[in-house]
Amino acid sequence: MSVRFEVNGKEVEVEVEPRVTLADCLRHQLRLTGTHLGCEHGVCGACTVIVDGAAVRSCLMLAVQAEGAKVVTVEGLSNDADLTPLQKSFRKHHALQCGFCTPGMITTAHALLSEEPDCDAARVREVLSGNLCRCTGYISIVEAVLDARAAYKQGGA
Amino acid sequence: MKLPPFAYACPTTLPEAVQLLAASDGDAKALAGGQSLMPMLAFRLAHPTLLVDLRKLADLRGIRISEKGVTLGAMVRWRDIEDDARLDTAHPLLKAAIAHVAHYQIRNRGTVGGSIAHADPAAEMPGIVMTCDAEIAVVGKSGARVFQAADFFQGALTTMLEPDQIIVEVRLPPWPKGRRWGFQEFARRRGDFAMAAAAVFYDQDSRGRAMNAHVGAIGVGDRPLRLAGVEDVLNGQVIDDAVIAKAEAAAAAAVDPPDDIHASAAYRRALTGTMVERALKQATV
Repeated sequence: MSVRFEVNGKEVEVEVEPRVTLADCLRHQLRLTGTHLGCEHGVCGACTVIVDGAAVRSCLMLAVQAEGAKVVTVEGLSNDADLTPLQKSFRKHHALQCGFCTPGMITTAHALLSEEPDCDAARVREVLSGNLCRCTGYISIVEAVLDARAAYKQGGA
Repeated sequence: MKLPPFAYACPTTLPEAVQLLAASDGDAKALAGGQSLMPMLAFRLAHPTLLVDLRKLADLRGIRISEKGVTLGAMVRWRDIEDDARLDTAHPLLKAAIAHVAHYQIRNRGTVGGSIAHADPAAEMPGIVMTCDAEIAVVGKSGARVFQAADFFQGALTTMLEPDQIIVEVRLPPWPKGRRWGFQEFARRRGDFAMAAAAVFYDQDSRGRAMNAHVGAIGVGDRPLRLAGVEDVLNGQVIDDAVIAKAEAAAAAAVDPPDDIHASAAYRRALTGTMVERALKQATV
């Protein structure tokens, strides 16, 4: 089937079998391999992308369901000029070790901070509970997200 | 794992969706939020030949609140319930229960109708439907039908829903002001399925005695349960520590949970009692 949607601000049209998940479509067809696949059944959160403003697991969505949607992947949350405030905060707090879970952490944190820049530590922990880090570096990840709030409050992220 | 092959349809009207399901002779599945069905496909536990996506059926969206109660369209997502401030008073028990559903990303996609059709015995929404005596409205090739919650759930992942039927909406009876309620759930990790959960509510007569008590248990049977014996303990009593202790014991005695790798039957029984105890303490505060 042919499906059209927007990825990171760019209109795309891809030919996919109905059974192809949005995650596999992004990685294989569109070569956006920043989206990682850990469990492929909705547990680990590594494949989190933002669809029409909401963080979702791209392994639990078919590519054909993205028809007409605006999708943002981790690639869409960076730029060549400089690190974003969220990236800077992750760097400052050493919020990544092996880095496999990081794309899901970044997309989830970006969705959260965009909607709730005043969230507290309990809320950050609650939201990130859907993202597994097998290096178990959670404390620094939570600190990085909390520290990035200021940039989102100013609307500059 | 990768999903097995299937065909895909995305109808724009309900009759069209029913027609697609009916024409597939039981081999098609309705796709709502996909947060249970997609893992089932990934594990190859389901092998539909056709998925009928309900996302374009606008009639299935929307939360209606009136003197008749709260009506949730089948395609209402958990996120819609979390964001609806009217439900803080129109149905606080529903709102409290939904806060326990899986994780942030899943709550952005998962739906009321999907959860009820999937009928996981540890899921919150079927538990609330059972506890509150909700009605489940469905449409199929032979027309519309309404199920009572108590008749709908037949066992683990098993309901009265025919292969050609689609859940349209769920109707929760009105929630009077001043109603006492509590919802408690225990899981080892945030967002995991409940090892046990309890939903309780009751009204009070002019002398402060409980009446119309409803007590539900989740995750401790092959389907969501109502604990009538615990309700009998509560009705007609002022809910104090002594009554709560009796209710806790009655709850533990009322359930017959299985042993599994997560917990023994004895542990789950005790946990059910504790969840009912904590929910009642929450209700009396």
